[in-house]
Amino acid sequence: MDNFTINGPRVVFKFTVGDYTVRITETLFNSWIVLIIVSLLVIWLGSRLKKVPVTKKQAVAEMAVNFMNKLVDDNLGIGLRLYYAPYLAAVFILILAGSLLSLFGFRAVPSDVSFTGTLAIMTFFMILYNKIKYNGFGGYLKGLASPAVLTPFNILSEFATPVSMAMRLFGNLSGGAIITSLIYAALAGASAAVYGLIGIVADNYYFSFLQVGIPAVLSIYFDLFSGVIQSYVFIILTLAYIKNGKE
Amino acid sequence: MDYSNEALLNAQAIVLAGQAIGAGLALIAGIGPGIGEGYAVGKAIETIGRQPEIKSTATSTMFIGCAIAETTGIYGFIVGLILLFANPFLKYLGQ
Repeated sequence: MDNFTINGPRVVFKFTVGDYTVRITETLFNSWIVLIIVSLLVIWLGSRLKKVPVTKKQAVAEMAVNFMNKLVDDNLGIGLRLYYAPYLAAVFILILAGSLLSLFGFRAVPSDVSFTGTLAIMTFFMILYNKIKYNGFGGYLKGLASPAVLTPFNILSEFATPVSMAMRLFGNLSGGAIITSLIYAALAGASAAVYGLIGIVADNYYFSFLQVGIPAVLSIYFDLFSGVIQSYVFIILTLAYIKNGKE
Repeated sequence: MDYSNEALLNAQAIVLAGQAIGAGLALIAGIGPGIGEGYAVGKAIETIGRQPEIKSTATSTMFIGCAIAETTGIYGFIVGLILLFANPFLKYLGQ
């Protein structure tokens, strides 16, 4: 366990503005990479569209848009897709691409609580706005105090919404990263033990052959499956909260 | 607070041991989501066996339910992480 540490996001570079030092962390840097990749992808998918799709590219783009539109239609009813689908699609693709970035050896963007907290607070204010829009401000306050005994708990659960959304995403992604790095450290130790059995003295530069292939199986679960499911759950929960406020 | 060197080391050892035990206890929170998710998945499989035509709806609903049920386990996990890696109680020794 000597070679195993868990760090927060590193500071990639920093610069000074006046007296204030701006630190660009790994999370911020990686999210810039995600933004560039996603923007280029979306610009490419959205260019040169025809009325009737003839290219595979346009079919894929329409499939993605239809997926999000259908999700909004199924949950909130027909006619609201223009209000909600763009924001939800943006959040979905940001979390998805940010967590899939860990497949390429970068630190996953959602394994930083400041990123997930930002998304959760934005979503929280969106939910709040929709509740007030559909019920009126008085109706919203009335809903908070509907069983009068439970008013403090209702107010508490309002503020528990962003915390639980942020912590769910953060815990899943960072937990996967920690378990993956634990597995790597354990496999390095195991291959050193195998080298010791056959009489080779393993120094720091030996090739730990057990690390080949075995972590990929876990990576399918922790990087691919967990990232996709958690980003889907995030937008589904947003939809569920909006739907709750609408009724 | 003022400690001699040896007393400080002993106090640190006690704090670190307490943090390790606390982290282990916090991860007991994983039992609840484990049981709950297993129950949910079992029920979903029963439903799919009875009505195979709603397989996709049942599966996606089950995943969402599982992710929500996981929340309490994740809270325990985060508390365990903070105890293990952030050492929040060492500062009370007055260093």
